[in-house]
Amino acid sequence: MIGTISTIMMLAAPILIIATGGMICERSGVTNVGLDGLMSIGACTAAIVHQLMEAAGVGRISLTVALLVAALVSMLISVLHAIASVDLKADQTISGTGINLLAAGITVFACQRIYGTDRSTEFKMGMVKDGLGFYPTLYIAIVVVVLAWFLLYKTPFGMHLRACGEHPAAADSVGINVRRIRYIGVLSSGFLGGLAGGCAVLTQTIQYTNTFVNGRGFIALAAVAFGRWTPLGVTGASLLFGTSLALSTISAMTPALKAIPTQVFNIIPYLVTLIALVIFSGRDYAPKAVGIPYEKGSS
Amino acid sequence: MSEYAIQMLGITKTFPGIIANDNVNLEVRKNEVLAILGENGAGKSTLMSVLFGAYPPDAGKILINGKEEKITDPNVATKLGIGMVHQHFKLVHNYTVTENIVLGREPRNKAGILSLKDAEKRVGELSDKYGLMVDPRAKIDDITVGQQQRVEILKTLYSDSDIIILDEPTAVLTPQEIDELMEIIRTLKKEGKTIVLITHKLKEIMAVADRCTVLRRGKYIGTIDITPETSEQELATMMVGRAVKFDIDKAPCNPGKVLLEIKDITVKDSMGVSKVKDLSLSVRAGEIVGIAGVDGNGQTELLYALSGLSKVEKGQIIMDGEDITNLSIKERIERGLGHIPEDRQKHGLVGGFTVAENCVLKDYYSDKYTGRMGVLKYGEITKHSDALIEQFDIRSGQGSVTLAGSLSGGNQQKVIVAREISLSPKVLLVAQPTRGLDVGAIEYIRKRLVAERDKGRAILLVSFELDEIMNLCDRIAAISKGQIVGVFNEGEKTSSEIGLMMAGIKSKEAK
Amino acid sequence: MEKRIKKEKKPFIDWFLSSNGATSVAVVILGFLAGVVLLLCIGKNPMGLFTSIGQSIFGKSSKAGGWNFRTVGDTLMFSVPYVLCGLSMAFANRVGLFNIGAEGQYTMGMLAAHIVAVCIPSFPGQWLLCILVALLVGALWGGVVGFLKAKYKVSEVVATIMLNYVALYLYPLICLNLLPEATVNKSGRTADLAEGSLLTKILFEGSNFNIGFIFMILAVVVFWFIMEKTRLGFGLRATGFNKNAARCSGINDTGNITLAMAISGAFAGVAGAIILLGSVRYSKILTAQDNYGFMGIAVALVGNSKALGCLLAGYLFGVLKSAYSIMQGLGIPKEVVNIIQGLIVIFISFRSGLKLIEDKRSKAKIRSIKEKSGESPKAEKEAQK
Repeated sequence: MIGTISTIMMLAAPILIIATGGMICERSGVTNVGLDGLMSIGACTAAIVHQLMEAAGVGRISLTVALLVAALVSMLISVLHAIASVDLKADQTISGTGINLLAAGITVFACQRIYGTDRSTEFKMGMVKDGLGFYPTLYIAIVVVVLAWFLLYKTPFGMHLRACGEHPAAADSVGINVRRIRYIGVLSSGFLGGLAGGCAVLTQTIQYTNTFVNGRGFIALAAVAFGRWTPLGVTGASLLFGTSLALSTISAMTPALKAIPTQVFNIIPYLVTLIALVIFSGRDYAPKAVGIPYEKGSS
Repeated sequence: MSEYAIQMLGITKTFPGIIANDNVNLEVRKNEVLAILGENGAGKSTLMSVLFGAYPPDAGKILINGKEEKITDPNVATKLGIGMVHQHFKLVHNYTVTENIVLGREPRNKAGILSLKDAEKRVGELSDKYGLMVDPRAKIDDITVGQQQRVEILKTLYSDSDIIILDEPTAVLTPQEIDELMEIIRTLKKEGKTIVLITHKLKEIMAVADRCTVLRRGKYIGTIDITPETSEQELATMMVGRAVKFDIDKAPCNPGKVLLEIKDITVKDSMGVSKVKDLSLSVRAGEIVGIAGVDGNGQTELLYALSGLSKVEKGQIIMDGEDITNLSIKERIERGLGHIPEDRQKHGLVGGFTVAENCVLKDYYSDKYTGRMGVLKYGEITKHSDALIEQFDIRSGQGSVTLAGSLSGGNQQKVIVAREISLSPKVLLVAQPTRGLDVGAIEYIRKRLVAERDKGRAILLVSFELDEIMNLCDRIAAISKGQIVGVFNEGEKTSSEIGLMMAGIKSKEAK
Repeated sequence: MEKRIKKEKKPFIDWFLSSNGATSVAVVILGFLAGVVLLLCIGKNPMGLFTSIGQSIFGKSSKAGGWNFRTVGDTLMFSVPYVLCGLSMAFANRVGLFNIGAEGQYTMGMLAAHIVAVCIPSFPGQWLLCILVALLVGALWGGVVGFLKAKYKVSEVVATIMLNYVALYLYPLICLNLLPEATVNKSGRTADLAEGSLLTKILFEGSNFNIGFIFMILAVVVFWFIMEKTRLGFGLRATGFNKNAARCSGINDTGNITLAMAISGAFAGVAGAIILLGSVRYSKILTAQDNYGFMGIAVALVGNSKALGCLLAGYLFGVLKSAYSIMQGLGIPKEVVNIIQGLIVIFISFRSGLKLIEDKRSKAKIRSIKEKSGESPKAEKEAQK
């Protein structure tokens, strides 16, 4: 039982982290389809940094360093998305797609340069479970989501950010710098996307391969919509998706479920999201101005 | 200290094709209620945008409390103590009243955490002091439009503005809310505020204003004191001016059978509010019936219902003896319903299409333009549009292949008019056909409409410009709050009498 | 005044800013430049990038010195799924939709073809049936999204992404559990595809070039024909440009959205079938996304969502894929290609910035005319015409 919960948490934590990033980004008024690519970049960076430092005998601190570097590198890449969607008023879906394609190239390129193959060399030891059977990533995820809740709802900054996603003209009319806020939104999603990638790679595997992320950034995007753009909702949705990702692993170990092909469990989260979107289609919870470039002077 | 709170002297502002403000003067005395009166397009909102620094004037200067100021953006105006209540509220829908009011200047405690307690208290106090009756903790989504407006007023009070500008504040309010707003304005004045009220409703001016500045077609007409003796007729005449006659050769109308009959229809807007209530009207062949009214009184919803864009809650629409109430848009078009829509960019034209493609937008699938296997006969289409370009004098850079979006407003409208007329409709719905056009295009389009009338079409014209209605229509129906408040023949009433009815005063009172 | 302006030649910069084709070419060049810079940074000779591209187009081997037409055929064949998925994205795009789901529609098309090819005993022309079924299933997979969008306003971006993954897992689910198993080397395989379902190889000896290519050309023609020539395309394009005006003119905009997504899916479905029937005899199971659908987005964007544009852009991407393996032989990191592709898409999204410049320029022009003439605004209006 503990093992099951531990597996679920291991899988849910990175999704929660990146979905929180996506939520902040969308609440500021920018949609980020490039989350998947940002997560790949984070995962790849973390795997490389950790492996190199481990090989150099740096010690356990390398895990922390790896996570930080992963978050920063991914944030750097997200600047491209910010420039396109905030400054150049580009179609945000297109520039996000560009980030995804770019990430596929950059990660493999980096592995090639460093290791001479398409994947990173295995590191010996990733993160370890604590006495309760949880990886530290669970606590990171909890801190991230609580912090996000605090920032969004308890600080002036959060009020500004949410206003920019709902009614940028209103925010602008009281002197809030919409451009600055949206930049922060996009960069946060970059930072958290990278962190999530790092958390995933250091707990779930021992090396980065180009199929490792496998669309979890997109799942996070769905979790944001499914969780109705609130920290609590996104947490619930991430747990749901984490559980269904875990189901395929668990089912292989549970005799009662063994008869059912694992792909059935794989499909469930996506179908659930789709059905949920149809059922909740009547009421729109999305930030009103998400995806729309803000033109100064429009009402 | 100067006697004036605001002086805008010799303000001129032009946009391509339009002189929005032509040497306009506005002088607001301290602690008075000054009304700015004018029809749509008279230049009121441009003047206010200049005051708030949205764009610099081409000429003229602005003095605030006797001191010349350069207002470069809205924040400067706020610092000078000027607050604006916009017609379209700038409120975040899922924030509370207090959150909206403090947005951008949030109170925080020492740790930098939001602390709205004191702000809520102060908002509550301000609300009580000015009789605004707003709950500081209510969400914008949950309060009425009237209350939302009072939140906007609270915003200006919260930032200690001494001058409060209300832009068309009653356009969205119910009669009861309007009465309440008038009371609020009086209270604000009593508390020492200076109020500028932008409106085109005479009743409100009579109710609260001390003086009234009238603008017409971008020009300053004059400022008069409002006393109980001031005649509304005088104001109405100043607002609409003497009907400027474009010499349209208009023969007496020779109406035939009823082609469009609207029977007791009720239409709701997207929010579920009834915007047209039990409205009945008929239009006969060979006549132009005009709907005169102030924007927002149900005209848009009425046209949406007639054209099929939105559904009718109740009642019937009968065209040439056939009930079309539940027919699709396409079926209505095929039965001879033409529509020159109010918003030509949104509903009238496909900007990314060529002029030729726009000319056949409604009948491209007919045998005339489509051959075997559904292949379009571009030759025929171009021939058709070349003819229309010639006939309607459409000026386009490259003729039929010009993108419609790149045409000037007047020529875009000509394309729409040409298309609708070329379909030989039985009934033609026309909304705001000359808005934003230059004089030449206005004259041309009006002539065309009269020519269509003479061919025996039934034309229903909606315009917010009384001049246009007076010029063109054989019968005029005044609309107010979704209902027809009076129908009369051409020449039966003067423009100021109709102006009074539009302003919500029933025809009996007007006499 | 009017005439004089018409005769005046547009300055190059204005022509460039207003021409989508020209900016596309510039964006591609920019992408390659970035690739060259990257190669220089890591101390590789960027010429290798271009020789391998040259080799994949013309077949002239830089090493052996001889001509190898096999490569030419392979390159052409590589471009087939790119072109088809590009058309898929482009078709939806022209109707104002963003179809991220070509990937899933491609997968479903492949699955459908797989089922037909494995379950029905071989008969001549079976491949045609396979392609047809793939087309229908792809259309269904796309059409569902269109329907949800039109009827329930479900974002097509999220919906297609979800269906991509459903398709990805549905593939092994069906193949491994419902289809006949392979007799030898069982793991991860179904029984072999029926002989009659395989696409006949033609023209380039030894290469993978097959009649699937003809279907691609056919698809390009069909796209062009429907979109530019028929009344169906007229209504679809009108919906894409301005849904409201289309609706106001009696065009069925919701029906068009469903139909557009269905046709869009059909293109991708065919791509899936051609890849399956043209490349392998025995059938392996798809375990990860082939990414043709995603690259299709890039193809459509570079090709400005036009038939010919997609053909050219798709070929470019096919060439890059073909060069991919040649580059490795020359010691050039092949991932440069992926980076170039990603950058091209990002640069394409930057293109909206050019529109901002264009607007500024035209505004400045009006202003300068105004200042020069010093006339009343009425004259200004004339000048604008």
